[in-house]
Amino acid sequence: MSQIIDVAHLNYRYPQQSADDLTLKDISFSVADGEWVAIVGHNGSGKSTLAKNINGLLAPVSGTVTVDGQVLTEKTVWDIRKKIGMVFQNPDNQFVGATVEDDVAFSLENQGVPRDEMLTRVHDALAQVNMDQFATREPARLSGGQKQRVALAGMIAARPRILILDEATSMLDPQGRYDVLKTIQQMKAQSDLTVLSITHDIDEAASANRVLVVNDGRLVEEGKPAEIFKHGPALIKMGLDMPYAERLKAALKRQGVQVPTDYLTEKGMADWLWQLSSNK
Amino acid sequence: MMTKLIFGRYIPGNSVIHHMDPRAKLLLSFYFIGIIFIANNWPTYVILFVFTLLAIKLSGVKWSFFINGVKPLIWLILFTVILQVLFSASGGHVYFKWGIITISQLGLVNGIYIFCRFVLIIFMSTLLTLTTPPLELSDAIEYILMPLKVVHFPVYEVALMLSIALRFVPTLMDETEKIMNAQRARGVDFGEGNIFQQMRAIVPLLIPLFVSSFNRAEDLATAMEARGYQGGEGRSKFRILKWQARDSWATVSFAALTIVLIVLRA
Repeated sequence: MSQIIDVAHLNYRYPQQSADDLTLKDISFSVADGEWVAIVGHNGSGKSTLAKNINGLLAPVSGTVTVDGQVLTEKTVWDIRKKIGMVFQNPDNQFVGATVEDDVAFSLENQGVPRDEMLTRVHDALAQVNMDQFATREPARLSGGQKQRVALAGMIAARPRILILDEATSMLDPQGRYDVLKTIQQMKAQSDLTVLSITHDIDEAASANRVLVVNDGRLVEEGKPAEIFKHGPALIKMGLDMPYAERLKAALKRQGVQVPTDYLTEKGMADWLWQLSSNK
Repeated sequence: MMTKLIFGRYIPGNSVIHHMDPRAKLLLSFYFIGIIFIANNWPTYVILFVFTLLAIKLSGVKWSFFINGVKPLIWLILFTVILQVLFSASGGHVYFKWGIITISQLGLVNGIYIFCRFVLIIFMSTLLTLTTPPLELSDAIEYILMPLKVVHFPVYEVALMLSIALRFVPTLMDETEKIMNAQRARGVDFGEGNIFQQMRAIVPLLIPLFVSSFNRAEDLATAMEARGYQGGEGRSKFRILKWQARDSWATVSFAALTIVLIVLRA
């Protein structure tokens, strides 16, 4: 598989920081075309800053970012932004249009897409996220999860190659979170979308092919979700909420029950519990 | 809090007036304010009233909305009318004279005319805002300002700002409500005490509101840039306005009204 994102020795510092104080320190990683990568880490660990460096919202002090074969520079930044769709944390603060369909059309308007094509693309995108009956609604009358799905529809309509989710589900209730995650999984199944999700949510991280752990501006660990989740209580230190199955395992261990060390999904945990009680 | 303000509120409906092109509505409303000044005798004012009431009837919006539209401005209107009655040039029969104050027949008639003008203007502009969604009005303003592009006036940017401002009104109202509740929980009394105490109570409301608005603005700007916004040039438009036969007919009816007024004026 070819690499769609390649980040090499990226250093970043905010303008107000002193010269030896970096927010991102020598970060290098690459993402394969069609891969789903989760970036986890504490608040202030630099993961959002990293995302903004990838689509040129912030410019690094040193190091290079290559997206789909193009090195990110002032000249290529608008081409690269066309290839990357980004969904942010606060559903309200990224809703530009006065109605749902206006918001979905915003990226298309920016690209100068002809109106006839816009109409079909907006309609199809809204149908795909199951929001077509809300097309003329105003944002004030939508829930947080619905607004995030509208944001995703905006991405679908613009047809990016990469989707970056910057804690896109963190302000939603469990139902909204579930709906958004399901929509992303559907989007990924329908096109060869690459997903980069920055998250605290264990379910979101578990959907990924690979997890990168960022701590204090450095990439400290990377691996498959199952490998990362094995750390148990140490996960909290990495900025993830511990999955339910892991919390249960830790509690059982304290009670003196022998538990498997590798990561189990909730279903795997249930199966293991069944076996445990039938062995006795 | 804002529910009392009729001016600037949209009442959804399905009438001919609702379906008119917002450009036509906006321009004709301004035109109407202009031709009110042609009227200078009873027949012309009667014609204007008949025309306005007919337009209101066509819109199917309840009369009470229009009466309520006049209410908040009634003191301003009465003040102007009284000034006009007391200080305007005297003519006709003089009823009362004391120093510079004169109440004459002409003064009274002028006062009534001014009252009529105010009511007509308020009725017509209320009709415009009650039957046109704010977003359509901002589209109309964009089209109408288009000639200013020649002098490099940022028409697209202003129109986008206007539509974003409108879109954030309910969001900021919610936010205000939330902050008010948070401050109430900390013991701030809103709407109590004398005017100075009430004004002081607003400060702990305004400061958090400002801070959060700036944060929102920054987030929004980031999101817009991430979605490829590079300024107004080269953008295509999703929402378009269509001039239809009914808009032409409305224009014709206003032209006819103008002719009738010119013929009937004294």
